Amino acid sequence: MNIKWFKYAAPSTFYPLAGRMIPWFWVSAILFIGVGLYWGFFHTPGILTDQKEYYRIIFPHVASAWMSMWLYIVLVGWALVGLIFQTRISFMMAEAVAPTGAIMTFIALVTGAFWGKTSWGTWWDWDPRMTSELILLFVYIGYMALQSAIDDRRRADRASAVLALVGAVTVPIIFWSVNCPDPNQCTALHQQSGMGKVDPDIVIAMLVTSLGFWLYSFAIIFQRVRNIILQRERNTRWVMELPEVKRGK
Amino acid sequence: MWRGFTTMLKRDLVLAMRRRTDILTTLFFFIIVVSLFPLGVGTEKEILRKMAPGVVWIAALLASMLALERLFADDHADGTLEQMLLTPQPVALLVLAKVTAHWLLTGLPLVLIAPLVGLQYHVGGDVTLVMMQTLLIGTPVLSLIGAIGAALTLGLRGGGILISLLILPLYIPVLVYGSGAVAESMAGGGELGAYFQLLSAFLILALVFSPWATAAALKISTE
Amino acid sequence: MTVQEFFHAGGYGFYLWSAFGITALVMIAEILIVRAQRKTVLKRLKRLARMEQQ
Repeated sequence: MNIKWFKYAAPSTFYPLAGRMIPWFWVSAILFIGVGLYWGFFHTPGILTDQKEYYRIIFPHVASAWMSMWLYIVLVGWALVGLIFQTRISFMMAEAVAPTGAIMTFIALVTGAFWGKTSWGTWWDWDPRMTSELILLFVYIGYMALQSAIDDRRRADRASAVLALVGAVTVPIIFWSVNCPDPNQCTALHQQSGMGKVDPDIVIAMLVTSLGFWLYSFAIIFQRVRNIILQRERNTRWVMELPEVKRGK
Repeated sequence: MWRGFTTMLKRDLVLAMRRRTDILTTLFFFIIVVSLFPLGVGTEKEILRKMAPGVVWIAALLASMLALERLFADDHADGTLEQMLLTPQPVALLVLAKVTAHWLLTGLPLVLIAPLVGLQYHVGGDVTLVMMQTLLIGTPVLSLIGAIGAALTLGLRGGGILISLLILPLYIPVLVYGSGAVAESMAGGGELGAYFQLLSAFLILALVFSPWATAAALKISTE
Repeated sequence: MTVQEFFHAGGYGFYLWSAFGITALVMIAEILIVRAQRKTVLKRLKRLARMEQQ
């Protein structure tokens, strides 16, 4: 067990560390999203197989869809770490991840609807992946609802962590059941993600934009976790000694 | 060890028998919801037949969920729950006993009333039988998953509506394959084995994990 | 490619730019909300600090 890790796990050390990292995350997020979209608009062909110019919705769509799922894994990871090591910071991280995860899910759904309208002629279809994404949104909302319904912080942290773990076991089963409602013949309607067939420039733009969304998530989650730390540690000495608290009375 | 289980089961059943209206409330909720659908969507035979699997299963989901709030609430209010957690018995086993009692009182009646729904929706004898079988395997899963939600929201204001937010998404696999099997049998397809295997797999999975997670949640909630 | 062509996007401009616009809007809203949260927390902490000194 490395002691240094636990040192950074203390809110009083993590708070300034996160503060120093946030500007870098913002700069690189803007840089990556900017470059990704620039590449996506000016270095790619106007058509993706049978899809016309509107296919460029793919950049925010795929980036947010990936992030929505990745952030749920991150959420479960922090919940697990929190339950095992009883570290306050991991519960705070889990709490901070959830809203961004829900927002990413929302973006994926809305951009998907615009794409669906142009591509399939309908805003919504009960296609397995769209349904899964909608259910993921419900799961995020359930997590946040439980988190905010409990006044006692300790109980809220641990109860929502248990819910996240239960979700981690059931969400794959839910996705699978939605994907395959008839166990005798499984088919997926959503276009298969065949990276190989896609123009390499589109893939590059997609990956770079996704990386940008990932950095954006880092930045905003760190900012939120800093708020949560201040809120929860308001009765401690080190918070009262912070320059941003002492300054400007 | 099993004596703890049977004692708990008997106790809950006896307590429930003293207040029979609680059981009937869930049952009548189910009957009313199922009876309201034809009034809303029209009484055409073909439409009703098509809707029957989904309606039955969604009504079952809602009914079993509404009953959940009471699962631990009374014991929590009079302090029995804390005593229960202090006994040397494994908590998961006591939870399993409570969930079993709960299912016998709220889930089993739904299975037994299913033929009435079959008549209302003109689905025929064979399909009704399949409906009853899926409910028999599926409703225990609902009670087991729901118990986790009930334990997590124990004693919170607005707990009932909160449970629905947490638990309804988790009910989806049971809904998909439960109603899927009924629809399949209605379409005349004989390939129901896969549906029942999946539902049974969910039941086994829920039996193994849910009492354990519920016990953990109860400890967190009562601390 | 002219600027007009770019925004026209082969007749799909409405869908393409709505999707991008909503994405940007939601992200900016998130940033503003988190910033507002920070202001509220800091205001509260400053009040606490002042009370402590008195």
